[in-house]
Amino acid sequence: MNYNWNWGVLLEEPYTGWIISGFGWTIAVSFAAWIIAFSLGSVVGIMRTTSVKSLRAIGTCYVELFRNIPLLVQMFLWYFVVPELLPEKAGMWVKRELPLPEFSTAVVCLGLYTASRVAEQVRAGIESIGAGQRSAALAMGLTEPQVYRYVLLPVGYRIIIPPLTSEFLTIFKNSSLALTIGVLELTAQTRQIEEYTFQGFEAFTTATLLYIFVTFCVMGIMRVTESKVVVPGMISLGAK
Amino acid sequence: MFAEFDWKLVIDSVPHLWEGMQITLMLTVLAIFGGIIIGTALALLRLSPFKTASFAAGSYVNFFRSMPLILVIFWFYFLVPIIVGRPVGGFYSVLIAFVLFEAAYYCEIIRAGIQSVRQGQVYAGQALGLTYRQNMRYVVLPQAFRNMVPILLTQAIILFQDTSLVYVVGVKDFLVSADLIANRENRLIEMFTVVAAVYFILCLTGSLFVKRLQRKYAL
Repeated sequence: MNYNWNWGVLLEEPYTGWIISGFGWTIAVSFAAWIIAFSLGSVVGIMRTTSVKSLRAIGTCYVELFRNIPLLVQMFLWYFVVPELLPEKAGMWVKRELPLPEFSTAVVCLGLYTASRVAEQVRAGIESIGAGQRSAALAMGLTEPQVYRYVLLPVGYRIIIPPLTSEFLTIFKNSSLALTIGVLELTAQTRQIEEYTFQGFEAFTTATLLYIFVTFCVMGIMRVTESKVVVPGMISLGAK
Repeated sequence: MFAEFDWKLVIDSVPHLWEGMQITLMLTVLAIFGGIIIGTALALLRLSPFKTASFAAGSYVNFFRSMPLILVIFWFYFLVPIIVGRPVGGFYSVLIAFVLFEAAYYCEIIRAGIQSVRQGQVYAGQALGLTYRQNMRYVVLPQAFRNMVPILLTQAIILFQDTSLVYVVGVKDFLVSADLIANRENRLIEMFTVVAAVYFILCLTGSLFVKRLQRKYAL
């Protein structure tokens, strides 16, 4: 094994800048996609637990559709295929005027995909509360939206904090797939440094450490949050 | 838009796509076997009474679980030729990446499976005079694997989907074969739609099968 070590390469211009901007894009894609994933995932997850049959069916279809196609294929579908299938005007707008086309596409794709996973966690959280609470609330005269607003969701969300944390970390790691449609995020930038300088060890080590660093930070923050909002007498459940 | 869908191209490219699918399937099967073997070893280390061993196995798992798979693929694509000293081709380097990466996930599944075997079983085995190895081999692992089958299969479906990531180093799997044809013929819509449909049907069938199995074998 012969390899020329040169850690100094990381401090040379323009490579330092590449790593910083790549890290920034990774964070930006992850957070923007998480907003979509969390809000849409909550809606779909709740739909799957309501008493309305058609809503449950729509929710199930959504989850099965997005879960059973590889994320990378979905990325290509959103980037190459969807603009062609839109009505002519909308398609033109997406192709010509969409701001930051690669970034926006990656965020939408990652957000919709992860929403299907978040939905499963939300559903598991609500189901783990048990039918008794729902029946009790209905018997007290609450309407179904009120049951969700005041009884099921406040408990359900707290139960699923650990699995939601790991979903966030998944979105953070999956943001690296954005490189396939040209978003220069952290993995793409370190790969580029490797190709320019042949210092793959140094470049990939930097990326690895940054990913581990963020993982630890998120886990630390969520552990504190979890202990602050814990429901007394309930152990954390939620789907794996 | 679907009026101009070029079905002839799709039919003509079936042999190419099948070649790619064989690579995808081979990669999936080999990675599952390798991952389960190493994952079981890691899980046993993690649960073993030796502090250093369980710490090392734990660090391995946390390390791989906090890295994106694409980065792992790049790592091994770069590392393996340096370590071996000669080019080995994309397939072997991604295979190694997948086995080592999946081992971390399998380790966690198998660990949970082993812990799902009731403690009384272990005590009973010990009371019968079985050694640690015999106890694991004849009492704990057979029950653990039975509990784990649905999750192991679900993980296999995820792995099958994840193999599409070999795209980033250009191994000619199912997706890359389709991508090559799509770009050569300038028929992105047809090829990507077909790829998505094939993945969807295969994975949905798989997950419905797992659900049925789960209902049948639930303990």
